[in-house]
Amino acid sequence: MSSRIRIFVVELLSQMKEQDISELERIFQEKIDQDIKIEPKDWMPDNYRKTLIRQISQHAHSEIVGMLPEGNWITRAPNLRRKAVLLAKVQDEAGHGLYLYSATETLGADREDTIDDLHSGKAKYSSIFNYPTLTWADMGAVGWLVDGAAIMNQVPLCRCSYGPYARAMVRVCKEESFHQRQGYEIMMTLMSGTIEQKEMAQDALNRFWWPSLMMFGPPDTDSKHTKQSMEWRIKRHTNDELRQMMVDFTVPQAEAIGLTIPDPDLKWNEEKGGYDYGEIDWDEFWNVVKGNGPCNKDRIDTRRKAKENGAWVREAANAHAEKRKDRKIA
Amino acid sequence: MTNKEWPLWEVFIRSKQGLSHKHFGSLRASDEKMAIENARDVYTRRSEGISIWVVESSNIVASDPSKADSLYDPSNSKVYRHPTFYDVPDGIEHM
Repeated sequence: MSSRIRIFVVELLSQMKEQDISELERIFQEKIDQDIKIEPKDWMPDNYRKTLIRQISQHAHSEIVGMLPEGNWITRAPNLRRKAVLLAKVQDEAGHGLYLYSATETLGADREDTIDDLHSGKAKYSSIFNYPTLTWADMGAVGWLVDGAAIMNQVPLCRCSYGPYARAMVRVCKEESFHQRQGYEIMMTLMSGTIEQKEMAQDALNRFWWPSLMMFGPPDTDSKHTKQSMEWRIKRHTNDELRQMMVDFTVPQAEAIGLTIPDPDLKWNEEKGGYDYGEIDWDEFWNVVKGNGPCNKDRIDTRRKAKENGAWVREAANAHAEKRKDRKIA
Repeated sequence: MTNKEWPLWEVFIRSKQGLSHKHFGSLRASDEKMAIENARDVYTRRSEGISIWVVESSNIVASDPSKADSLYDPSNSKVYRHPTFYDVPDGIEHM
């Protein structure tokens, strides 16, 4: 073949390939628009796959790192009932992390690589877990507000276009409703207690209120992934829409048990049928995302140590499995 | 000592007597015994099951979704396999 013909053939092939891909993309978007779920072996654009791997692994990391602030209080829970409940909640979070890591694996991601990305700081997790849990009331605030915000984020994800993620979210949401209730119950109990207990509850709300609102991510004007994610129906609501919902749901819950939302600008807006709220300190948010929150280093160190110190267990289990296999063959 | 990743397992759970096992998700475990125990901890914390099957994912053979058209083509033209294909006069019962 002369070189000119060869170039022609190569060009033709690449044109055909482009046409094929745009046709595949058209079929893909048509399915999304008709709310037909995408399943692991279906064709999907590379960026859809990458976006999902990023989002689902971040979500998984948040569940796993999220065990740490609460794990901190298991041995110091005020009574056996609270201790059993907290243990069950932390156990659920481990489970949720595992559902989500398997969902990333259906997209071709390697589980251990994903986890190593968390440990190297390459992958992010929800910034809220970089705040310390200083008192028992923080277990109330975390359950009520942090799980409350997580549920608000996750309920629309049950209808996400990627099948395995949506199915994992259905299970997670079912399990998480007790998490929020138990947190609110802790706050309610403290608010019917002594002056010190009431102050403790109010202090926990003061510290967790703003970081909880930040959980929905940057304002819509600065959110670089929102538009594409909504077109792909990975996301169903914008960050600001969800944040508004969170404020509107939570304010009456706080008032009902005598807590005050730490926002002097908070005011009911009759016209929009929702609350106006004060400005969020986005510098604080970005600072924590970048790794400078009060507990970032501690959280990652703890996770890394857990993996390193558990290496011999994983190796021993492998050796045991090999030995049993050999015995079976023999 | 081996440092390899534990194999991936698919988990199927019978939620109650009378229903078939249904795919619940997957997990990593070093052998079948651990896979069953992990499946219990990960997928049945609220008594969702009375029986668990685990299958190593690499043992599952799946059809190719991009070939679905040709794979299912033979049944597409056979509407006469459905009862609604047939005319039955009004007033005829128990059929």
